[in-house]
Order: sequence, then structure tokens, then C-alpha cells
Amino acid sequence: MQPDVPARPRPFPDAETAPYWEAAARGELRVQRCSACGTHRFYPRALCPACHDDAHEWVRVSGRGEVHSFSVVRRAPSPAFAARVPYAIAMIALEEGPHMLSEVVGMDPDHVAIGLPVEVAFEDIGEGMRLPVFRPRGEGGSP
Amino acid sequence: MGKDLATLRPAIAGIGETRLGRIAGRTALQLQAEAARAAIADAGLRFEDIDGVVALPMRTQPSMMPAAAIAHYLGIVPSHLATLDLAGASGVAMVQEAAQALQAGSCRHVLCVSGQNMLSHRSRDDAIRQMAEAGAAHPQFEVPYGPLIPSLYALVAQRHMHEFGTTRAQMAEVAVAMRAHAALNPGAHKREPITVEDVLAAPPVSSPFGVLDCSLVSDGACAAVVTMSDRARDLPRPVVQLLGFGQGLSHTHVGEARNLVETGAVRSGAQAFRASGLRPSDIDVAMLYDCFTITVLVELEDLGFCPKGEGGRFVEGGRIRLGGELPVNTHGGLLSGGHPGLPGGFFHVTEAVRQLRGEAGARQVPDARIALVHGNGGIIGMHATMTMGRADAA
Repeated sequence: MQPDVPARPRPFPDAETAPYWEAAARGELRVQRCSACGTHRFYPRALCPACHDDAHEWVRVSGRGEVHSFSVVRRAPSPAFAARVPYAIAMIALEEGPHMLSEVVGMDPDHVAIGLPVEVAFEDIGEGMRLPVFRPRGEGGSP
Repeated sequence: MGKDLATLRPAIAGIGETRLGRIAGRTALQLQAEAARAAIADAGLRFEDIDGVVALPMRTQPSMMPAAAIAHYLGIVPSHLATLDLAGASGVAMVQEAAQALQAGSCRHVLCVSGQNMLSHRSRDDAIRQMAEAGAAHPQFEVPYGPLIPSLYALVAQRHMHEFGTTRAQMAEVAVAMRAHAALNPGAHKREPITVEDVLAAPPVSSPFGVLDCSLVSDGACAAVVTMSDRARDLPRPVVQLLGFGQGLSHTHVGEARNLVETGAVRSGAQAFRASGLRPSDIDVAMLYDCFTITVLVELEDLGFCPKGEGGRFVEGGRIRLGGELPVNTHGGLLSGGHPGLPGGFFHVTEAVRQLRGEAGARQVPDARIALVHGNGGIIGMHATMTMGRADAA
């Protein structure tokens, strides 16, 4: 990164989200799962949205999913993203159920499409943090 | 509805606005003072008559306890104050809050007021950055990926196009209709006519949106005085009654949405129609939150004006333009009338009042008797709907 390019906005782990970011730094995608009813949930919260139990564990998910929707960003929101445009923001539907916002990388953003099978990858954003992103996945292909 | 119940209905007795656009050198509070003074004068009241204030936070002029700060700034001695924030649903929700305070007997005349110098406060680029980083995107799980607010609504548009075959030209028709209406509104921010071709050829922002699919960044303030119908009848302006309210929430951040193309407007609309004994076919003019072109299509569907997935076809052929079957946002909406942020959806309320009074001039919908106003907050997650009618309509 050029020294005069401002850093992109970074996640700031807190008491509730630290397990997610610590897992991501290890190259694992983890979400909360309710210990009472088994529902996976994301974003993190204290109570299960389905049964309101507070018992939960952070479980590793497959990292596989598909593009539920997407948008190719052509006007950067801030100078930090100016060199990256165009890039494909996407809502990913994980196999385990939760949706999450991310970016599809490793392909021409103009070829991203709804229904595209994807798998998680991790982008180094410095200071020991990694950001979960998604790349296209071949049929049955999984690293 | 019996006459006794009708007299117990809340009503809007006065409205006031600044123009929308670039209003340099004025603070959010100064803009609100102009709108408040106009609304109170329009109601035929004095500041001394106002004993309730409902207000919104001011992003451009942060304040402790905004409703209290605004009341004190205006020299109002209140017996009921409320600050609320349901983002774009706030305009409708403010009126609902005022109505409930009046029905509870907490106060007699409530000033609802909101205003921001969203455009002049900082550069447009900084405003866009601020909205992207401290707006509706989740600060930890969305902002780091670099979405614009338009990108988050674009997720809705792409999914709608995928599921229902909605086209960019159909979305563009919303922008064209809003601009045609704004051309008839001297207070609107953008008034030069545009075509569908202009919208399709506009600089791309975040697919499928070009810049003309996106609402504006504007300065402006808006106010209304809400009272009970029996008191409103003694005031100079035609009485506009508040008939029914509803709210619906499907998600806060869009990344959590289970369904991008069906929203909390299903619930808010059904509740507002049920409370007022009305149906979509009873609505003469609709004010629908139009932060992006797609928003209007989804709202038309979820509020019951057309079946799910038919929003794109519904707006074809001028149906939502003046002279059409369901004129929408006759002031030009957020897309062309102007969008000062949190106050934006409140201009939909004041335009509905103007229509029901028959005071909309060149953009009057003939004999408008019943109006619907809908606000949408966050990334299409929070919804508030209300129906309003002329005193002789219910």
C-alpha cells in the first residue's frame, strides 16, 4: 500500500465479535450456534433469534455457499478503496443457513452472478487481521 | 366511522418547509427554526400554543437530547418531548408519536420538526464517505468491504431483477417520474427533466445503479403541527386527519436479511390499512420512500398496490406519474425533490397534506381525498406507513 493511501476501514473486535475475528486470523470461518435449538446465527448476538436461549458455541462452518446477490462497486466510497474499483460486494448464503456480506475475489467482477458457488478465502488486512472473502468454487471442489 | 370517533382522531393542522437543495451558511437548527415557524403560522397558532415537540437527531449538529434542545432553542415550553430515530421511517414515525401523545392527553399541539444541512455541512464526497462508514452498513461486518449505501440497495435490485425479470428501464421510470414531478415543485433540488435513456446512460455507481437511480444529498428542514381533529376544526387550515399507522421491521443490517425482496412494509402497510379500514385501491396519492429507484418498486408490491414481483411492470406507462392511476411523490421525492438525510421522509408527509388540502398547485392530484405515506429506514429493513384523509373522506 502506498504510504499516502489511507487505510481501509478495519474491523474493531469487541467482546461479542472477538471470537469471529480471532478465528478469521487463523483462516477459519466461525459463527455462533445455539446450544439449545442448533440454529446457526450471524451477526453475533447474545440470544438465539429463534428460541432466545443464551447458550451458544462458536462453530466452524464449511465456508461454502453461493452468491445470493451482488453489486459491482464503480465509485469508491472513500479514497481507501479508489485503487480497488471495480469490486464485487456480495451477499453470500452459507450452506449452514446464515447470510453474510462479503466480497467475491479471484474472478472478473463483471462475471459474478447470483447462484455462483463460492468458498471462503482470507484476505490479509495487516496487523494480524484477515478478512473473510469468497472465491468461485468448482463443482464438488473444496480445498 | 361515527362522528364522535372522527373528532377524536389526530390531525395535521399546519406544515412548513425550507426549500431543498444547497442552502449554504445555515445550521441544522437554523433550518429547523424556519420550518417550525412556518408550520406554526400555517396552523394559525403561536409558539406559546405548542406544548409538545417530536424531533430527530442531527447528524450535522450532534446534540444531547435533541427534542429538548430544539424545543429550548425555539422557546417552546413543553409538556411532552420525544427524540426518535428510525432512519428513513422517522418522518412517519414522528407523526405517529405525536398522535399517540395527543391521544394520551399528554399535550395539545405537537410540533414535529427535523432538518439538516447535509449538503453544505461538508463536501459531497465527505458526505458520501460518512454515510458509507457511519451509516446503515454494519461497522464491523460490512464497512470493511467498502460498500456504498447504493451498493447495499443494489443487492435488493439485483435480486429483484433475478427473481422477477425487473429491468433497469423499469427502475429508471421511477427516477424519470420523480424528476417530472420535481419540475413542478419550486422548492425541489433538481428540476431539469430527464429521460429513461439519461438514467441508463448516467455514470455507474454500483451495479445496477447509475447516479440517477440514487437520491440526492441536500440541505433542508420540514415541520408539521399535529393536534386533535376537534381542535383542528377551529384552526384556519383544512383538516387533514390521521387515519391509521403501522410499523414493520425485517432486519437492521442488510447482511442479515433473510429475504431481500420482501420487506417489513408488508406488515406496516397491512397494519395501517387495517387500522383505517382502507384498501390500496382507496388511495388517491401515495408518498413512498424513494432513496433508490428499486425501493419504490418493492414498496408498491409490499404495500399491496400490485402483486409481488410486478412493481417494475406497475410503474410502466406513467402509472405513478401525475395523471396516472396512482401518482407517487408529487413533490419529486428523495430522488429529485431532495434528500437531507433523516428529515428526508418527512417531506413526503407535508406533500401529502398539501395534496389533501388541494393546495399542490400545478402538481395537484384532482380531488385527492385519501393519501398513504410510507417511510423506509436502514437498508430496506425498517418500515412505517400511515394513511391520511380529508375531514370529509372518512
